[in-house]
Amino acid sequence: MNVELKNIHKHFGSVHANKGINLNIPTGTIQGILGENGAGKSTLMKILSGFIQPDSGSEVFLDGKPVVMHSPADAIKYGVGMLHQDPLDFPPMKLLDNFLLGLPGGIFPNRKEATQDFSLLAREYGFTFDPENYVDSLTVGERQQLEIMRLLFLGARVFILDEPTTGISAGQKEKLFATLKKFPEQAMTVIFVSHKLEDVESLCDRVAVLRGGELVGETQPPYVTSKLVEMMFGKEITLGERQPVQTGGVVLSMKNVSLEDVRMKVKNVSLDVRAGEVIGLAGMEGSGQGMFIRACSGLMRPVGGRIELKDKDLTGKSYHTFKRAGVNFLPAARLEEGLVPGLNLTEHFILAEEPKGLFIDRMMGQQLAEERIKSFNIRGKPHSTVESLSGGNQQRAELALLQSPLSLVLLEHPTRGLDIESVIYIWSKLKDRCKTDGAAIIFISSDLEEILQYSDRVLVFFNGKVSAPLDAGKTTVEELGQLIGGKGWADKGEAHD
Amino acid sequence: MSQETILIGLAGVLASASPLIFAVIGETLSERAGVINLSMNGTILLAAMGGFAVAYTTDNIVLGFLGGMLIGALVALVVAFASITLQQSQVAVGFVLALTCRDLSYFLGNPYMGLPGPRLQALPIPVLSDIPVIGQLFFRHDVITYISFIAIFLAWLWIFRTRPGLMLQGIGEKPAAAYIRGANVNVMRYVYTIIGGALIGLAGPAFSLATRAGWMGTISGLDGFGWIALSITIFGGWNPVRGALGAYLFAFLQWLGLVLQPVLTQVPSQVLQVAPFPLMILTLLLVNIGNAEWVERTLAAMPESARKIFSKILRAMRTSPPAALGVPFERD
Repeated sequence: MNVELKNIHKHFGSVHANKGINLNIPTGTIQGILGENGAGKSTLMKILSGFIQPDSGSEVFLDGKPVVMHSPADAIKYGVGMLHQDPLDFPPMKLLDNFLLGLPGGIFPNRKEATQDFSLLAREYGFTFDPENYVDSLTVGERQQLEIMRLLFLGARVFILDEPTTGISAGQKEKLFATLKKFPEQAMTVIFVSHKLEDVESLCDRVAVLRGGELVGETQPPYVTSKLVEMMFGKEITLGERQPVQTGGVVLSMKNVSLEDVRMKVKNVSLDVRAGEVIGLAGMEGSGQGMFIRACSGLMRPVGGRIELKDKDLTGKSYHTFKRAGVNFLPAARLEEGLVPGLNLTEHFILAEEPKGLFIDRMMGQQLAEERIKSFNIRGKPHSTVESLSGGNQQRAELALLQSPLSLVLLEHPTRGLDIESVIYIWSKLKDRCKTDGAAIIFISSDLEEILQYSDRVLVFFNGKVSAPLDAGKTTVEELGQLIGGKGWADKGEAHD
Repeated sequence: MSQETILIGLAGVLASASPLIFAVIGETLSERAGVINLSMNGTILLAAMGGFAVAYTTDNIVLGFLGGMLIGALVALVVAFASITLQQSQVAVGFVLALTCRDLSYFLGNPYMGLPGPRLQALPIPVLSDIPVIGQLFFRHDVITYISFIAIFLAWLWIFRTRPGLMLQGIGEKPAAAYIRGANVNVMRYVYTIIGGALIGLAGPAFSLATRAGWMGTISGLDGFGWIALSITIFGGWNPVRGALGAYLFAFLQWLGLVLQPVLTQVPSQVLQVAPFPLMILTLLLVNIGNAEWVERTLAAMPESARKIFSKILRAMRTSPPAALGVPFERD
């Protein structure tokens, strides 16, 4: 299906989110839409999927015919379906019910027929699902496949995917891309919205770049990464060279540490982490790295072994003891575990300070907030609540909350969902802090490029098994990918540092 | 006790649970759509008084029941308007309504205190009522009790087996996802809250025109049933069948208290009267034990085959509230 956007404008109050965007997407192409956070990508896609209506004068054409879509349900009738970043499905339901929900038909759905349709469709696209299983037992990647199936069944001819590779494993990404690549043969059009250059480059037939609400350029392969970056940000940005390791004394020492929870056992991990060192933890979500980092932070008690911090035995001590010893943990769920929604930046900084007396020193808080906002380049005001900030700025706020002095920083997906500029900024701030405080960093990421770029050594987790530390300068994305998938473990052994 | 007395007692349990059943189903529908109707305790009292007053004045028992439903629907309309349109806290609005409606029922009901009014008569179903045991248990009730049986089944069928019911689950679970599937979330929330309210309202006359006929003001003994219905809704896992079982269990425990009183003379009668409430909570907690983490841990330690069976049972018993319960929905 051919999609044409003509002169799309959208105002939200005084904000001009889309400024006269013209874009023609021919039938059977995979169109990439690139742009940093706040470039206007989501607004444009919400307009195309019927979620919001554009200002008057804007026009959308499908196969040459002008259409006005009043709701997402309306859009799917025209053949436009959208896969949202957080799949819009129903976790506690059975797959079949989730599939049935919203399909047209009489009062009593024919469950037998629906089961057949479901299985047939799954087979056609090479997905394996048990319709009687529950949605909440699936991974995010599988839930995406489920949504794709549902949209296909509803007759979608245009697929909009909003940042679909955030939060899924490398293997699932490959599978998703393979599925999407089959769509053009069936005269379907794919619109792939992302800020991840490598994803767009490997998948898309053509790329349009948005910046500040405007369409700043369109290109076709072969892509030149530096040019795409320049279009996205209006300036050139480079990742910089890998910094050589300058390590100090041992900060964290783990001796034969074993961890256990309901699903997983991690056995006998030994590791010494030195000041200034960055350790990356790779692995599919839920392979044991989450338990590992929680054990380092004192949130999870090991069932065996010893954890020492700067030669002090902290085994079995509480999170607060770890924190007093200079261990800070920034969990993946920023708004749920890291920050307090409803409180503003000033209040966060006041909370993080050592309390002096019973009453709040507002003046001091205000000053502190202004100072930190400036030094951490947070786009927000002292009175902005944290949930009103963008993801990148929330993460900057979390960095601004790190205590001092610091001996160990633990991060879970520190840059998930952020654009390159924020990623670079956050890592440079992190590394600065480590240098000045002599602290070490341990972080989890599903982005292998990030792991290789920023860590000195890498631990790979697979189903509770932990690899020996790999030198990040010597290993490759391919090798890590294999290990994450459970291959090539024979010669890697387990971590006994 | 003879078999006869036990059967009559058990049949009485089924009948006396019928008001609770309407209330639980009404609240279940409302909460499945994402709206907590916390006014229930007051609504039931006001509807009981109002239903009785209407039936007494018009001498028409059907109008009495309809009056009760109308009162329930109107209170629910206030809840819906405050929480959906004005996006106010459902808990605060519901709680205030619960207190207001209760006091209003005592105040407005004064002229009707202790008056002899109409009462729904038993209507044994021919043939079926002659079946031994079953006939005695199920087919010698009044109309409202029969309707309560049917309502359980219909509500279950609607929620779990029909397309609109599936959408209802979706609206309470993740309104944004229901919206992209074509639901008009806020309109449907209004509809279900009001229908649910009417069912809650039906519980009132089911008391005052049937199981506990008459209006006695503060000593009617109806205060508190709304709260117990609320907890049965929650522990019933927002499932009409489980909720109904909870209501029957509660009515059974109450009956047991009465029966045991002459036997256990050394226990103060107040204890037996109050016992059903904590016992109820305890039972319902046990049913929901699968949610606890230590149970999961125990399961993990079991051998593979046993674990599979147990976790299947627990999964079937486990319930979670509609995820968007009490959360207003805004398009975008």
